[in-house]
Amino acid sequence: MTTEHTHDTHDHAGAHASDHHDDHDHKPTGFMNRWLFTTNHKDIGTLYLVFSLIMFLIGGSMAMVIRAELFMPGLQLVEPDFFNQMTTMHALIMVFGAVMPAWVGFANWMIPLMVGAPDMALPRMNNWSFWILPFAFTMLLSTLFMDSGGPAAGWTLYPPLSLQTGQSFAFVVFAVHMMGVSSIMGSINVIATILNMRAPGMTLLRMPLFVWTWLITAFLLIAVMPVLAGAVTMLLTDHFFGTSFFNAAGGGDPVMFQHIFWFFGHPEVYIMILPAFGVVSEILPTFSRKPLFGYAAMVYATASIAFLSFIVWAHHMFSVGMPLSGELFFMYATMLIAVPTGVKVFNWVSTMWKGSMTFETPMLFAIGFVVLFTIGGLSGLMLAIASVDLQYHDTYFVVAHFHYVLVPGAVFALMAGTYYWLPKWTGNMYSEKWGKIHFWLSAISVNILFFPQHYLGLAGMPRRIPDYSTQFADFNMLSSIGGFIFGASQLIFVGVIIHCVYRSKVKATSRVWEGAKGLEWTVPSPAPYHTFDVPPPINAQTVAHADEYDH
Amino acid sequence: MKKSNIVIVTLAVTAAVAAAFWLLLVAPAFTGNEINLTRGVTDFAQKNYELHMVVLWICVVIGILVFSAMFVSIFLHRKSRGYEAAQFTHSTKAEIVWTIIPVLILVIMAVPATRALIHMEVAPETEMTIKITGFQWRWRYEYLEDGVDFISSLQADSNAARRLASGVDPETVDNYLLDVDKRVVIPVDTKIKFLITADDVIHAWWVPALGWKRDAVPGFINEAWTEVKEPGVYRGQCAELCGKDHGFMPIVVEAVSKEDYAAWVQSQQDQLAVEKREAERLWSLQELMDHGQEVYATQCATCHQADGEGLAPAFPALAGSTVTTGPIEAHIKVVLDGVNGTAMPAWGGMLSETDIAAALTYTRNAFGNETGDLVQPRTIVRIKNG
Repeated sequence: MTTEHTHDTHDHAGAHASDHHDDHDHKPTGFMNRWLFTTNHKDIGTLYLVFSLIMFLIGGSMAMVIRAELFMPGLQLVEPDFFNQMTTMHALIMVFGAVMPAWVGFANWMIPLMVGAPDMALPRMNNWSFWILPFAFTMLLSTLFMDSGGPAAGWTLYPPLSLQTGQSFAFVVFAVHMMGVSSIMGSINVIATILNMRAPGMTLLRMPLFVWTWLITAFLLIAVMPVLAGAVTMLLTDHFFGTSFFNAAGGGDPVMFQHIFWFFGHPEVYIMILPAFGVVSEILPTFSRKPLFGYAAMVYATASIAFLSFIVWAHHMFSVGMPLSGELFFMYATMLIAVPTGVKVFNWVSTMWKGSMTFETPMLFAIGFVVLFTIGGLSGLMLAIASVDLQYHDTYFVVAHFHYVLVPGAVFALMAGTYYWLPKWTGNMYSEKWGKIHFWLSAISVNILFFPQHYLGLAGMPRRIPDYSTQFADFNMLSSIGGFIFGASQLIFVGVIIHCVYRSKVKATSRVWEGAKGLEWTVPSPAPYHTFDVPPPINAQTVAHADEYDH
Repeated sequence: MKKSNIVIVTLAVTAAVAAAFWLLLVAPAFTGNEINLTRGVTDFAQKNYELHMVVLWICVVIGILVFSAMFVSIFLHRKSRGYEAAQFTHSTKAEIVWTIIPVLILVIMAVPATRALIHMEVAPETEMTIKITGFQWRWRYEYLEDGVDFISSLQADSNAARRLASGVDPETVDNYLLDVDKRVVIPVDTKIKFLITADDVIHAWWVPALGWKRDAVPGFINEAWTEVKEPGVYRGQCAELCGKDHGFMPIVVEAVSKEDYAAWVQSQQDQLAVEKREAERLWSLQELMDHGQEVYATQCATCHQADGEGLAPAFPALAGSTVTTGPIEAHIKVVLDGVNGTAMPAWGGMLSETDIAAALTYTRNAFGNETGDLVQPRTIVRIKNG
């Protein structure tokens, strides 16, 4: 299958593979060979992570434009149409360019290391699924420079408004198609790797929770990305070829788009958060020096959340005019999500309970995640109440809710994971001092940024408006100040990473963290270019958490 | 650690967490800003407010419990205090308890939630009907029984102040962005049905004091109802992103006594009769230009801009355009029937003949067009009547 592996395996036949790689790890030389043609899961993981960091900064700078315009009432900086392009692009870039590729980067780096596989199951497809992305996002971003401007109808692309986008709409749709293709290939790869490439003895219920959450995420992706592709294709033909899927005058229905979109969109939000659950479930036990509480329950809770995500989509649409029975069904189903989510939160707290905790940067971000994600979850429970949602819907209360689950939720987990595994990836320790400064600045400013938005929404401020009534001025200014601090703090993150990769003098040990368990900590730091050419032994010392070993 | 000390730590941490919640949920109100849902002026809005508070407090209690447990642990169970980690991995009993208790809480919440929803969605027999049509970017109201029909747009002061770098401080504008030229007047203690639809894209009609919002979907008619109990002025705005001026299509409902409402309907009908008479007389160019400037500012300038230069590529310039300087008949047709596939609506059904004639005259003579053409209101009447 892959020539570079076969001769490696030959070199090390019968040896403890992981110990012998430092001297001759056969990295391809030259930029093109190393990065453009790479089939190595670690290199592709790095590519994904670097790409998503760049997208995070681009999407973040759009958020800065938004918060700057909202700093005070009146329009000071941008025209309303450009403001709408910023909100739309910010969401598309953050969802499809930052969070999702970042998780695929983690999957690439960590899943083979965590299940004892030499690489991903489909390395060439892996290369392709990454290299589609820079083209997709170049195309998407290029629409901002076109005559008709970028998409301005919100990332949800609701017709008929999205059909008023000019010629650039075709580029947006094609970019979404390419992202979808990339995601589907990435997920097939993850599933194939997890189901076929585990080391002997690494049974499903001995897998680290990060691997479990990604397995479930991958199934969600395969199920819903084609649905999104179908929805945007129908928009494309409505726009350019005169069909009437969403045009009432031609027998179509604009609301049908919303049903299709959210059938994709709701699982999509779990696609962004489930791997976060996984990372946090790795980090909390490590720094509590105590096994994960209720491992099996965590797996089942994740699966339940994934299942429920398919039957709650219309809670995004309580105001479109649904029959009562439909509203009741979607309200009850949505409320049910609180149960498995609650199990997860209780299990995380129980993992910390009676542990022997230390508070390195990854742990701080993980704890921040548990607290702030819970706040986002509780406001989600409020939003589930359909009749009150007729007030909350499309206000800043919703903006506050989903930013709580996505920023101090998914993004904090990404940062936690980055600090956690950075020594393994680079072989160097990052600066703990600057990591902690990054955490405290982020954790404080993110609350100044998003908590006041709850008040704004409840007091009646709709979302997606470039200007607002003067009664909303105070909390918008506060929120913007929080936003600027949060944005600036992320430059520290970039600095810490660059320092760790190129400048740090402190070498990481292979275990890195005192309480770390799992196969990835049995290989040297940095992880050699090829690992586990020979399957590692699976036992209580190497498995992160499985109930049978934990006594 | 002694047991009594653990109790003290637990109480202190719980108090701190509760204080944090107080700081977040109660203290900001002291800034004088509104931070909570309105109680509203309808039964439904008040039911919703109470439901909102119940669920909020349940969430707060859960939050205090979870975070207190967590921070007690963070305080007590740390390596720096020499705490040795326990090694338990699960507790079936605990896991069953924290699955079942949330289910019970949810069931308790579901009961009032279901009741409130049924109250909204199962409309009673209503006494009057108002059809609301959203279009980019204003609202049209048709009182089906009383024959009143008008368009409500953002009030002119706000409209001027909200331009990019307008130099006007929004604080100096009364009800900035939440004021309109024509209010929706409704009688109190009357069950009113709303039929909500849209002409172009999806909008959403939302007045928080009534307790709900409803999407206005082109090609479909949504129903909603209300019964306002207290006279007053209630403000809201479009809640569904509908294009560049989504933030600038407010709603103002004025609830008045039944007598005042009857008087208002009479005045609207009288005004309509006056307009009809006015449309039959001959207007001078100056009269039409003056009136046309007003109509243009409230209805046309949003897209075609105050200087008639438009906003490329979606909104064409009127200055020197082939339509405004070309044949009058074609120009009239564009304004009356709109242009399919663009944002230009059919104004024929929405503005009076006089307004249309004035706007036509204005656009054919302003922005340096100077065609000298004069469109009489009666010409429009004649064309509309075929």
